[in-house]
Formats: sequence, structure tokens, C-alpha cells
Amino acid sequence: MGRRHRAAPVPRRVAVSGRSDEFQSIELRDVSRHFGRRRALSKISLTCRAGEIVGLVGPNGAGKSTLLSVLSTLTHPTAGSILYGDAPAAGGDEVLRSRIGVLGHDLFLYGDLTARENLEFFGTLYGVTPLAGRVDAALRAAHLEDRADDRVSSFSRGMRQRLALERALLHGPRLVLLDEPFTGLDEASACRLIDRLRTLRSTGAIVLMATHDFEHADGLVDRMVCLRDGKAREIGGTGHVRDRYRAAMAEAWT
Amino acid sequence: MNVLRVAWVIARKDLVVEMRSRELAYTTLFFAVACVLVFAFAFIRQGRTPEDVAAGILWVALAFSGTMALGRAFERERHAETLRALLLAPVERASIYLGKLAGLLVLMAAVEAVIVPLVAVLFDAPLWRAPGLLIALLAAGTVGFAGVGTLFAAMLVRAHSRDVLLPILLYPITVPVMIAGVRGTAAIFAVEPNFDAARAWLSMLVFFDAIFVTMALWVFAPVMNE
Repeated sequence: MGRRHRAAPVPRRVAVSGRSDEFQSIELRDVSRHFGRRRALSKISLTCRAGEIVGLVGPNGAGKSTLLSVLSTLTHPTAGSILYGDAPAAGGDEVLRSRIGVLGHDLFLYGDLTARENLEFFGTLYGVTPLAGRVDAALRAAHLEDRADDRVSSFSRGMRQRLALERALLHGPRLVLLDEPFTGLDEASACRLIDRLRTLRSTGAIVLMATHDFEHADGLVDRMVCLRDGKAREIGGTGHVRDRYRAAMAEAWT
Repeated sequence: MNVLRVAWVIARKDLVVEMRSRELAYTTLFFAVACVLVFAFAFIRQGRTPEDVAAGILWVALAFSGTMALGRAFERERHAETLRALLLAPVERASIYLGKLAGLLVLMAAVEAVIVPLVAVLFDAPLWRAPGLLIALLAAGTVGFAGVGTLFAAMLVRAHSRDVLLPILLYPITVPVMIAGVRGTAAIFAVEPNFDAARAWLSMLVFFDAIFVTMALWVFAPVMNE
């Protein structure tokens, strides 16, 4: 760690859409997750397809982060099943985990390591090759080339958020799970993130994004799913995301 | 990637973080030294040290300071939820356990490098009587203690009372390690040393290590799944 790599830049997202073994959809079938007596998720059924950005909206505590955690394989459903393509997640499924990228509400970064070291560490765990070129490209994408060898603990929240996003995408995941990705980003960074998500969509990734940022979600998400009290409902219709969300929340949910 | 390579990557990361912050090394070392000094003030009278206490004091200091290191090592992984990031990575969970264990072993070895000579000086312990055997006992005892401790520290990382629960869970399980370590070391330090007894206790420690580490490798993945 700590070495400066000066390898030539390589194209990003190599082979993301070119793998023949990629799953084309994820399907949740009556997925429930209980924590003791509390129902975080209640019989959620949802299908997301390759090349789609699905927005998860809902009030605090509705179950958005739990749903992302279940999809990431980190939390097991209490009931129901999830299919990644045609196959369910098996315990200890490293191949599946290698195809998932997660940007959590907490950023999964080591404050005492530099930006480059963080990316190199996770890139090594994910078997990213060529590591040096991918790390350099990720630093450029995060606009952190000048701070690459500074410790993450000295970064602002927005800089950490940009780095965390690159960490999550470093290995070219098929399923991208983002929890509040616009947190702390300035307008320029938010615009770059939107472009990035559109590029992911075009390469065939499945993107699920929990957000309260309706302004940025407008025109970005292909579908919206609203969660309330652990239950999910797809929000259809046209118009602004915020208006559709308010309308959905005003309705009675059964 | 193979298990040992991943373990090395994780251990190296932990050591780089520790080299920069030096938080664990300093606090663990300070605690261990303070522990030994308290025993020295309690037991040494008019410059005379009582017989057969050095081994016990050494292992008590190592156990207490080791417990502190175990708790803090996983506390770091709670910051920014990096433990979740490790669990999300496409690597065998056993490699995460081995990596954390290796990082802790290096740290505890560094503490032992200071504490063992300090105990020898304060309590007239004959370190050079059988240095190889003593190092083997310390190494095997540390592996046994840290092997179980790493598992429990990982299990308790989300528990509210983890600082209290860790020693409560850890000490009863590691009693065999502590007994074997103390008795083996005492057999070397005794006025009339018994190296055969020390070797027998070492064999027992190696046996405990094999069982504890194997069990920990086996159960680490299931207990970390939630």
C-alpha cells in the first residue's frame, strides 16, 4: 500500500455487459424480513431488469435500507426468496457477491488509509485487474487525483461520497445498490453522478437507488417503488417524482 | 483469490492503519506495563521478589491487554461500517477471520516484546534458561487466546455492551490456554526448572490452538452472516 501507480489509463466498466454469465434480472418473491417483532419488510415482490434504474422512496424507517441489505446478500430474508437471474442466492456465494456493488449510507471507507489505498484494498479483495489502471481511472472519475494520497479522514463528506461510489463500482458490478447516493454532493458532483448512473444503465447494470432527493431522481429513474411500513408499491403515472410520491403516500395502503 | 492471500491483504491493511494511528499499540502497551507495575508494587518487598509469581503476572498482563486490543481492533471496523464492506467482498469469510487474527498477533507480539523483558527485570525471571521453549509457549498461548478472542470480538461488534461481554465470554473459554501458559512458563521460571513439564504444557497449548482456531474458522462465516 502507499505506492504510487502510474499505469496507463484503461477504459472503465470493461466487460460489464459482455459477460455471458450475467444475470438479466433480479426478482423478489414475497420477501419479508423481521427484526424481533418489528416487520422491516413485509411480503415484497419486485422485479428489476438489466439496464434499469429503480428508485426506492419512502419515509424514514420504511425499509429501504433493509431491502438494499437483503439484496446485497448481507441480510437474509425471514421469508420469501430472491432470484438473481434464475438462481437464488446460496450461502457463501462469492461469485454472486462479486457482481454486486453497494454504496451504503455509511461509506465503507477506512479513514486512516488514503483514497488510493482504499481503492487498492477493495480492488484486491474483488480481484480487479489491472488494479493500478482501474484505481487511477476511479480516482479520476471521483475527481480526486490531486488528493489520491491524502488520508480519507481529511476529506469532506462530498469527497468521501464520491470516493465511496467509485469503491462500489470499481469491480464493474451487475447489480448496483445505492443508499442515498446524492448525500453531501455539490451540484456538479450530483450531475456527474447522474451521468454515471445513466452510463451504468446503458451498459446493462441493474441499479436500485434509495433516495429522498426527488429533484435529482426526476428524469433519472425508470421506475419508482415506494416503501411504507415495510410494504412496497410501484408508483406509476407521469409527472414529477415528488408529486407522484405525495400522491402515493396520501392513498390508503392495504 | 486464495484464503491466505486475502488474509494477508486484510492483515496488512490493519497494520498500515495501526502504524499510522498507533492507537492500539500505545494503549495496549500502556495498559500491560501499568498492570505489571501494579503487581510489582504489590509483591516486591524490600527489593525481594516472591518466587513463582512472574509467570502468572506475565500471562495476566498479556490477557488483559490482549482483551483491550481485541475490542478496539473490531471497533475500528465499525467506523463507516467497513466490516460490512469486508463481508460483502467476494472472499471466503474464513480469510477475514485469519486476516484480523494475523494483525492482532503481530500487535500482541510487539507488546510481548516489551512486557516479557519488563517482567524478567522486575521479578527476576530467568528468560535465557530456555528461550526457545518460552517463545514457543508465548506464541502458542497468544494464538489460542487471540484465536478465540477474534471470533468473539467479531460476534460482539454490534452488541451494545460489547466491552463488558467480551471478557465475560472470552475468559472462561480461554481458561485452558491460560492454565497451560502459566504452568508451562512457571515450569521454566521455577528454581528447579522442569522442561519436560513445560514441553507437555506446550503440547497441550498446541492442541488447544488447533481446536480453537479450527472451530473459529468453522463458525466465523455462520455467525457473521447476520
